[in-house]
Amino acid sequence: MLKRLLFVLPLAVFAVGAAFLYWGLNPERNPAAIPSVLIDQPVPAFALPPIEGSSWPELSSADLGGEVTLVNVFASWCLPCRAEHPLLVDLAERRGVKVVGINYKDAPEDAIAWLQELGNPYAAIGADREGRAGIDWGISGVPETFVVDREGTIRYRHVGPIHAVELEELILPILERLR
Amino acid sequence: MIPELGHFALILALVLALVQGSLPVLGAARGRTDWMAVAVPAALLQCAATLVAFAALTWAYVVSDFTVLNVVQNSHSAKPMLYKVTGVWGNHEGSMLLWVLILTVFGAAVAAFGRNLPPTLKARVLGVQAWIALGFLSFTLLTSNPFERVWPPPLDGNDLNPLLQDPGLAFHPPLLYLGYVGFSMAFSFAVAALLEGRVDPAWARWVRPWMLAAWVFLTAGIALGSWWAYYELGWGGWWFWDPVENVSFMPWLLGTALLHSSIVVEKRDALKVWTVLLAILTFSLSLLGTFVVRSGLLTSVHAFAVDPARGLYILMMLGVAIGGSLALFAWRAPALKAGGLFAPVSREGGLVLNNLLLATATMTVLLGTFYPLFVEAFGGGRISVGPPYFNATFLPIMLPLVAVMAVGPLLAWKRADLAGVLGRLKFVALAAVLAAAATWYLQRGGPVLAALSLGLAVWLFLATLWELGERIRLFRAPAAESWQRARGLPRAAWGMSLAHAGLAVAMAGMIGSSAWQQEEVTVVRPGDSVALAGYVFRFEGTQRLQGPNFLSETGRLTVLDGERVRGVMYPERRYYPVQSMHTTQAAIRTNGLYDLYAVIGDPQGDGAWTLRLYFEPLVPWIWFGSAVMVLGGLVSLSDRRLRVGAPRRAGAAAPRPAPAE
Repeated sequence: MLKRLLFVLPLAVFAVGAAFLYWGLNPERNPAAIPSVLIDQPVPAFALPPIEGSSWPELSSADLGGEVTLVNVFASWCLPCRAEHPLLVDLAERRGVKVVGINYKDAPEDAIAWLQELGNPYAAIGADREGRAGIDWGISGVPETFVVDREGTIRYRHVGPIHAVELEELILPILERLR
Repeated sequence: MIPELGHFALILALVLALVQGSLPVLGAARGRTDWMAVAVPAALLQCAATLVAFAALTWAYVVSDFTVLNVVQNSHSAKPMLYKVTGVWGNHEGSMLLWVLILTVFGAAVAAFGRNLPPTLKARVLGVQAWIALGFLSFTLLTSNPFERVWPPPLDGNDLNPLLQDPGLAFHPPLLYLGYVGFSMAFSFAVAALLEGRVDPAWARWVRPWMLAAWVFLTAGIALGSWWAYYELGWGGWWFWDPVENVSFMPWLLGTALLHSSIVVEKRDALKVWTVLLAILTFSLSLLGTFVVRSGLLTSVHAFAVDPARGLYILMMLGVAIGGSLALFAWRAPALKAGGLFAPVSREGGLVLNNLLLATATMTVLLGTFYPLFVEAFGGGRISVGPPYFNATFLPIMLPLVAVMAVGPLLAWKRADLAGVLGRLKFVALAAVLAAAATWYLQRGGPVLAALSLGLAVWLFLATLWELGERIRLFRAPAAESWQRARGLPRAAWGMSLAHAGLAVAMAGMIGSSAWQQEEVTVVRPGDSVALAGYVFRFEGTQRLQGPNFLSETGRLTVLDGERVRGVMYPERRYYPVQSMHTTQAAIRTNGLYDLYAVIGDPQGDGAWTLRLYFEPLVPWIWFGSAVMVLGGLVSLSDRRLRVGAPRRAGAAAPRPAPAE
C-alpha cells in the first residue's frame, strides 16, 4: 500500500504545483511591480539647495513630518510630469495639501521657465542636479510621488504619472486616512 | 494567398494529428496491424503540412507582406534579410510554429527510421507524439494564429526588438527548441512503454539516440544562449539565473540524469521505474519552460507577448500532458518488473548517486525560480530570488557531483572496489591538490571556494583522461597495441570521456570568470587612458556611423601592453529609431586564455562617455568546453550499437540508419 502511494506522489506534487501556477495567472497580478523597500520607513536624510536663480525655498528631510506631505519628483524634460502637473496644482491650491518637489537632474533655467508656465504647486523645491537624493529615495524614473505622514514616515509610493482616477481612488483616501 | 495556404496547411496538420493520435493507438490495443500502419504516413504528411505552413510564414517575412499582422508587428522593410528570416521565430506566434515544426520533424524521423521498432511500440510512440502535436497545433491555431491579416496594411512594420537583431537569434532558439522538443521523444517512449507495460534493455536502446540528440541540441542551445547574453547584453556576465535561463537549464539537468539512468536500464535492466519517471519529468520541465515564457507568470528579460488567456490554455495542456502521464505512471508503473540487483558501491550505485544529485540540483533551481510565486501566493509580498541563493544552494550540490563523476566510470558493474579505484587515481588526486594549492597561493587570499573548485575541475579532467588511458593500456602496452585498443573502443566510451572532459574545461571557465573577473567603470574623454589587468586602454573618441536600420556611435580603444600596441577595439552603441531603443555591442578581444571586454554606455556630454572594461580570465573555456561536450554527445550518437538496434526483442535486426541529427 505504502509503495502504491509512492507512485502517486509525483502526480500529487504536480497537482499542488499546477494550483499555484493557476493562481499565478490571475490577470490582476503584475509580477514586475516591486514594492518600495522604503514603505513604512522614515524618509532618507537629504538636504537639497533651492533651484539656482529662483526665490522658492529649499528642501531637506527636516522639512518633512509635522504635516502630511506629498513629495513629487519631477523634471522639466519629462513629458508625463507635464501631464500630471495640473493635478498637483489643484491639490495644493484647492484641496490644501502640502506638496513639495524634488527637481531631478534638471537645468535651473529650464525648471524655472517650466514652473512659471504651468504654475508652482510646491511649498519647497530641492534641486537634485546630480540625482543623489533620487538614489536615496530609490526612484526608478520620473515622475514619482511619495506620501509622507506626520511622523516623517513614507507611507505610499507612486511610480509614474498620477492619473485623475488614481488621485481620487488611491491617493486622496490615503491622505484622508493619515490626516 | 500564400498566408492562407499556410493557415490551411496548419489546419491540415491538426487533422492529421487527430488521425495519428487515435487510430494507431486503438490499433495497438486491439492488435489491428492495418490501423497501426496509419501512423507512418500520417506522421510524414503531418510534418510536410507543418513545413508548408512554416515556409508560408517565412515567405511573408521575406517579401515583407504587411497585410500579415505578425509581419507588421515584428518586421520592417529596411531590416537586413538575415533578421527578416530569423524574425519568423523572434516572436510568440512564429516561435510556436517553429516548436510544432520541430515536433513533427521528430515524429517523421521515428516514422522513417524506426523500422526495427516493434509495431505496437512504434504505433504508440507516434500516437503519443501526435497528442502533443494536437495540443500545440490547436494552441497555435486558436490563440496565436501567425497568419492573421490586417487591413488596410500599414506602410511599414514595427521592426524586431533590436536586442534580437543578432546572428545569435538564428541559432539559439532553434537549437533550444530542438533540445526541448527532442525530449518529447523520451516522453513518448516512456508513455508508450507504460501503455505496453514493458520496459527492458531493448527499450532503453531504442530511446537512447533520441535522448542523446535532444541533450546535444539543448547543451548547444544553452551554451549559445549564454554566449549571446555575454556579448550582447554588455554586462560581462554569461549567466544571470534569470527565470527563463533556469527553465531551460532544468530540463538539461534532469535530461542529463535521464541519459545516465537509462544506461543502467540498458546494461543491467534496473532502475526502470525511475527512468520512466525521469523521462516524463524532463519533458514536463520543457513544457513548463514554454509555459513560463509565454504566460507572464514570472518576470524576465525574455518577456514574450504576455497574455493570460494563452497562459490558461497552456496550463490546461500542461495539466493534461503532465497530469495525464503521471496518472498513467501511478497506475501502470507498479506493474513494471524490477531488474538486476547491485551493491551500493558499483557503477550502478555511482549512476544512482549522479541521479540523486542532479535531481536535487534541479529541485533547488525549480524552488528558486518559483519561490517568489509561492511567497506571493501566501501573501508574503513580492520578492525576487537572485544569484546569491543559487550560488549558496546549487554549487554545494554540483561540487560533490563533479568529485564523484571522476570516479564513477572506473567503478565495476554490480560490485566495485572503491579503495582500489581511489588507489589507481592517487596521481590524479595529487595533481588536483597541487592545482588547488597553487591557485590558492597565486590568488593571494582570494576565495577558497574558487581554488577548491579549480582543483575539482583538474581532478575531473585528469581522472577522465586516466580512465581512457587505462582502457587503452597507454604506456603499459606497446604504442601499437594502445592504438589498436583506442580504435576498438566503442564510440560511446569516447563520447563519455569527451563530455566529462568538456565539462571540466567549461567548469574551469566558469570558476575563472566568477572569481577573478576585474571590472573598471569610468567616464572618459578622447585621449584618456584607463589601466586594467596590466593593460592600458586609450580612448580615441567615437565616430557616428549609419547601419541599415540603426545609427551607431562606434568608440575606438587602443589596447597597449606597456609601450606596444596590442590592438584596437570598437565597442558600439546603437540606436534603432523605429523602436526608439539603444543597444550595446561589446568589443571583445580574446587570446583563448582570457577576454578583454569593452562597452561604451551613455554619452556624458562634450565628448565624454561612460566606459566599462572587463578582464575575464578563462571565460572562453566555458564555450570551448561546451563545444567539447556537444562533440562528445555527437560521437556517442554515432555508436554502432545505436545503428544496428537491439536484437533481443525485435527478432531479426534490420540494419538501422542513423537517426536524424
